[in-house]
Amino acid sequence: MLPAGQAGAVVGPSGCGKTTLLRLIAGLDKDYVGTIVLPEHGRLGMVFQEPRLLPWRSVIDNIRISAPHAREDDIAALLDELGLAEHAAHFPRELSLGLARRVALARALAVKPDLLLLDEPLVSLDAALARDLREMIARLIDERRITTLIVTHDLREAIALGDRLFLLSARPAHVVATIDVPAPRRALEKETAATLEAQAKDAFAAARAGSSHPRHP
Amino acid sequence: MIRFISLAALLLLWQIGAWLSDPRRLPGPMAVFEKIYEEAVSGALFSNLSITLARVVAAFALAMSFGAAIGYVMGRNRLADRLLDPWLVTLLNLPALVVIVLAYVWAGLTEVAAIGAVALNKLPNAIVVVREGARALDPQLEDMAHVFRFSPAARFRHLVLPQLAPYLAAATRSGLSLVWKIVLVVELLGRSNGVGFEINMAFQLFDMRLLLAYALPFVALMLGVETFLVQPLERHVSRWRRDVSRRLDRD
Repeated sequence: MLPAGQAGAVVGPSGCGKTTLLRLIAGLDKDYVGTIVLPEHGRLGMVFQEPRLLPWRSVIDNIRISAPHAREDDIAALLDELGLAEHAAHFPRELSLGLARRVALARALAVKPDLLLLDEPLVSLDAALARDLREMIARLIDERRITTLIVTHDLREAIALGDRLFLLSARPAHVVATIDVPAPRRALEKETAATLEAQAKDAFAAARAGSSHPRHP
Repeated sequence: MIRFISLAALLLLWQIGAWLSDPRRLPGPMAVFEKIYEEAVSGALFSNLSITLARVVAAFALAMSFGAAIGYVMGRNRLADRLLDPWLVTLLNLPALVVIVLAYVWAGLTEVAAIGAVALNKLPNAIVVVREGARALDPQLEDMAHVFRFSPAARFRHLVLPQLAPYLAAATRSGLSLVWKIVLVVELLGRSNGVGFEINMAFQLFDMRLLLAYALPFVALMLGVETFLVQPLERHVSRWRRDVSRRLDRD
């Protein structure tokens, strides 16, 4: 369960099906058993691991095409806020991965999503770029109160971005623990973050120990 | 400049060849240009050229639109691909002449038969190229379009068309040269006007001046279409690649 307006962070080892979870929610995979409850008539914004921009269109056209109902000044403001204003006329090939991912983020925000899905938003960025983008994402989703689901393999990233952590075990994947991050998340004390991290690591360790014990001795 | 020199050398070679042989077998360039002028003044040259060009355009447009549609479906749908592939292979291996003769036998010596036969000869080639393009469509962008709820029109315009454009351009380039060559054969076999018909007449009368007076302007015309229509079109569809490299050069 993820309350509206909050950010959920799904953490788990790679290969446990985090991306698949996002794909199911986004309606890209239909092969599942169970129920997915989404906000009614919800608009979806998604940032894939790869930027997935249209290479034959400029930055601003990419946003316009994906968000045809967005107002021009809203798009301009968004570009400004994400530090993309000077790149509006550039083509995706001219952008670094960090910039391209920001464009993908701008595109997802331009549709004014009821649910924002972020798939490993900081992966393969160097430390400084990752920190910048992490702060940018945290600020944007907090200010706009966008219900967000972030998928990551990085526990610290999850604590920095999520109000509620969902710890996922290795396959067969299941939620081993849910941890709420105290608000306001952005003013989190270093010690609190460290405690949360330790708590999550313990939960993961307990889950591993539990699954390695033979059930029928 | 080099192109010009090369062309001049060809003319010179032609002239030397004409001097060395019987002028009835190989008339010199001046004699042929004179004949072109005569045919142009009488109006016959332009009327025949435009009739042939109209057939080229009609057959090409038919083959490309059907070829693109069928190729796209075959590239996207495995059942359609497996169902239609044997037909495609048959058509690919059917000699142009067989298609033309069959068309004339079944539909009579008519315009429909002529244009249909040419289009049918080009069709499999267009299908194969566009099918290749449809198979290469990026599934990641497809997913993106799904998440952002692209309308079918937007998906076609912004996703499918730009990705198919290089394939369509390739099919256009190879298709045009194939079509105009076959149109001449079709005219020779069953039409009473056009460049192919005139070449047949020249052949019957053993009038090499007349033959070259039609062949050369037609080659020049198709070269013009290639240079001023097809190549700019190709550059236009790949302009986003060029814009990028141009800006990278400037920076």
